[in-house]
Amino acid sequence: MTESTVRIALVVPDLLGTYGDRGNALVLAQRLRWRGYAAEIVTVLSSDTTLPESCEIYLLGGGEDVAQQAAVDFLARGDGLHRAVASGAVVLGVCGGLQVLGTAFTTGDGRTRSGLGLVDITTEPGERRAIGELSTRGELAGVGTLSGFENHLGRSRLGEHTRPLGTVLHGTGNGTGGTEGAVSGRVVCTYLHGPALARNPELADVLLSWAVGERLSPLPEFPELTELRERRLRVRS
Amino acid sequence: MTNTTRQDTRAGQHRRDESCSPARPSRWRLVPPGGFPTEHDSPLRRVRTALAVAAGRLATGASRKLRLGSGGIIGGRVALALQPDLLDELVAGKHVVVVTGTNGKTTTTHMVAEALRAGGRSVSNATGANMLDGHVAALMGDPGADRAALEVDELHLAQVTERFAPTAILLLNLSRDQLDRVGEIRTVEASLRAALSRAPRTRVVANADDPNIVSAAADHPEVTWVSGGCRWKHDALNCPRCGAFLHREDTDWYCTCGLRRPHPDWTVGTTELIGPDGLREELSLPLPGQVNRVNATFAVAAASVLGIPVRQAVDRVRALRQAHGRYEQVLLAGHSVRLLLAKNPASWLEMLDLVAENERPLVLVVNSREADGYDVSWLWDIDFERLAGRTVVVAGERALDLAVRLRYAEVPCEVASAGVSQALRWASSHGGNDEPVEVIANYTAFRDLFSKRQRP
Repeated sequence: MTESTVRIALVVPDLLGTYGDRGNALVLAQRLRWRGYAAEIVTVLSSDTTLPESCEIYLLGGGEDVAQQAAVDFLARGDGLHRAVASGAVVLGVCGGLQVLGTAFTTGDGRTRSGLGLVDITTEPGERRAIGELSTRGELAGVGTLSGFENHLGRSRLGEHTRPLGTVLHGTGNGTGGTEGAVSGRVVCTYLHGPALARNPELADVLLSWAVGERLSPLPEFPELTELRERRLRVRS
Repeated sequence: MTNTTRQDTRAGQHRRDESCSPARPSRWRLVPPGGFPTEHDSPLRRVRTALAVAAGRLATGASRKLRLGSGGIIGGRVALALQPDLLDELVAGKHVVVVTGTNGKTTTTHMVAEALRAGGRSVSNATGANMLDGHVAALMGDPGADRAALEVDELHLAQVTERFAPTAILLLNLSRDQLDRVGEIRTVEASLRAALSRAPRTRVVANADDPNIVSAAADHPEVTWVSGGCRWKHDALNCPRCGAFLHREDTDWYCTCGLRRPHPDWTVGTTELIGPDGLREELSLPLPGQVNRVNATFAVAAASVLGIPVRQAVDRVRALRQAHGRYEQVLLAGHSVRLLLAKNPASWLEMLDLVAENERPLVLVVNSREADGYDVSWLWDIDFERLAGRTVVVAGERALDLAVRLRYAEVPCEVASAGVSQALRWASSHGGNDEPVEVIANYTAFRDLFSKRQRP
């Protein structure tokens, strides 16, 4: 237990937050509160002058091509996210967030743009959108099967020394070498889009234990969540 | 054959084009030697149109008799196969009011049709069959009517204005709605803008409080602006034109690029509507909520474009008690319920506003079929936290997703895994005497419940 408040930054949801992405902030905050920690969600809009550097967790969601570029511009302006990561902050990038955190991404118009370079992963458009249920075998300690929905055109290639978040069991994921997502230090990226942590409490708790710097007490099982995961993992479309 | 109007629109662009292109040659079309005469008023063409309408109406009737649905779509398809230019023929000489936007299309179309009846015979695609075949079917229903109110899918307005110029086009609102189908709002906005550019003499009635709609309509020369507030703002925080963050002060908004909220011609208050030239008219409706006062104002504004006096239009709209089941109090499996449709975050916000006015038990039903979108991530865009303290039962194919969402919102709920009947039994047993249960359902869930209703 700690007296200090864990601050969760929801980063530019006006640009990156097309479909339920804020759910990850709600899930993380509640899982902290249920364990007796104080948690606060800090919403950072693209109209804000800078990104606060004092948060423990930063969440980046998905967005359209133009919005994605605007998000990179906003985040590159002050270098705050780099400094936060250097001092141990946890970052989760979902879908467009993965591409923003990566080295470079090529958008639908064929232009290649620089990402923030916090993870060594590059993205190019694929032949067609990957849309549907996605499940992977988690590669992080403490994370079993991951389940979610994907909806993206990008195909992403991991740098030589970058680990994937998971190995694809069903779906497309990165679309290269059966990998899904990326992990680099405490920066985690995934194509499990939107409220990915809602269906993946183990991943949520790994991120939280990094953020609070201690092992977390277990929460009681939520039967509806267990059943939801079982059902979605059976879906093959 | 059903009247699943949204279903067809879910498919990719390719199939959409294919199924709706009126010029598509039909395999069993009879072509006389030398082809069909092309003169617009040739006798052959008139015979062909009459035949197409007769065949279409026959198909509609057969479909109804076989209880396959209300028959609108099949009738329209048969008629279009025989006469691909049928729509042009049917709208010739008619005043047509077209209604589009993400939410409120069906209800507003009902209201417009009702208001237009103050001026004479009117038709409308009241079942919500909102693409070409549905339009043709509606118009065939009474070819002698000289007015029509047509609901149009937001991605299909361009096809409409390619074929004819409506008298008025109503642009209600734009917000996120099944990204795996419709795509991004920018795409829809651009498509609406292109559609309007092809109808420069049409009167556009548009929402001044929705920046995406303003962006679509601002360049049109003939716009009447309606203001009734905009509850859902998360798709319009940034400028639709340039991407910069919008400045907002109270109801006003503007962007440094020049896009700004236009001065409204019609304003919707809590008890009255204020029209051009200081006109004021009391506006209290059986249909609930500010959202329906806004819909009604759009309908009244449209009717006045066609010369119908405001008071008459308001009286007509006031008579509506439901719109294709929306807001209707019905019996379902023996339980009294009020049926509410909510299919995306913006409409859920409006419906949660409505049910916040009472403390009745609540049944929430969510499916994820093709017509709903397979992805239910949007559940996390909705503030279910405000249901704290309420009796809630969840049902539908994605009941568990809802239950997880409610768990994190700290709203305890029952999961009715046996379906809506079980949910209603449970909810009714926890409600007050004779009070209807509130049922909020998304698209296919609502449609299924509506088809099973008994009138009280």
